[in-house]
Amino acid sequence: MSDDHDDSPIAARVRELEAMLEEKGLLDPRELDQVLEAFAHRASPANGFRVAARAWVDPAFRARLLENANEALPELGLSMGGGLQVQRLHVVENTEDVHNVIVCTLCSCYPLSLLGPSPTWYKSTAYRSKVVSHPREVLEQFGLTLPETTRIDVWDANAESRYMVLPRRPEGTEDLSEAELAAKVTRNGLIGTAAV
Amino acid sequence: MPRMNDVGGQDGFGPVIEELDEPPFHADWEAHVMAMNRALIGQGVYNLDEFRDAVERTMSHESSYYENWFRAIQTLLKERGVV
Repeated sequence: MSDDHDDSPIAARVRELEAMLEEKGLLDPRELDQVLEAFAHRASPANGFRVAARAWVDPAFRARLLENANEALPELGLSMGGGLQVQRLHVVENTEDVHNVIVCTLCSCYPLSLLGPSPTWYKSTAYRSKVVSHPREVLEQFGLTLPETTRIDVWDANAESRYMVLPRRPEGTEDLSEAELAAKVTRNGLIGTAAV
Repeated sequence: MPRMNDVGGQDGFGPVIEELDEPPFHADWEAHVMAMNRALIGQGVYNLDEFRDAVERTMSHESSYYENWFRAIQTLLKERGVV
């Protein structure tokens, strides 16, 4: 990643600052590459898919996950410590009566280690402003129409606490293996802007 | 007075637009800004809360997400006399 030749003005300014910081000994180009490698390989929505699938097949794990997600994640070799600080994770479960959706109205807080880098729409002012006041309308923009009787809970993340949705297990999947179930989960399902 | 970033419940930001098959970064410089920020926080030049505060006080709704990050990094480095 160190040798990019993007010629946009901002790319040039970023390169210039990077060079200056390297000169001052505040940045090591190898360290930058390591950060990017770690980010690309460790933070992936496949982690979240595994969590949901395990919760669907193992009721005891599901109970532990909903009770204290930070303590349950290591059972799958995962943690919320991949970033700069360990964050508290709350997993919120969709049911027949309640649908959950996550947001960070102030910035872009997101369970990165479980879902990978967040999509631009999650960080957009359009989503952040509207999903708290008109969640049903926003979900419809994503093609998710919920029955009027379904309550929608919107969870606003912050610097210390992150949320992830546990979607409902799709019907007719009783015979699928845990890995096959994990393949059914989607990132938007774990954010709450889609059903699985 | 709420800061620029405090948009929850406000109207007028238009529809949510989803980009299909969106890459983690749209350009290399965005990845470099992200990595640079982590490195500077790791070095203790500033901390995560100071960075968040800097984004919130310098952000513009006209700028992209990583443009706002870059502006915040530059602001903090200037304030600390690093550059």
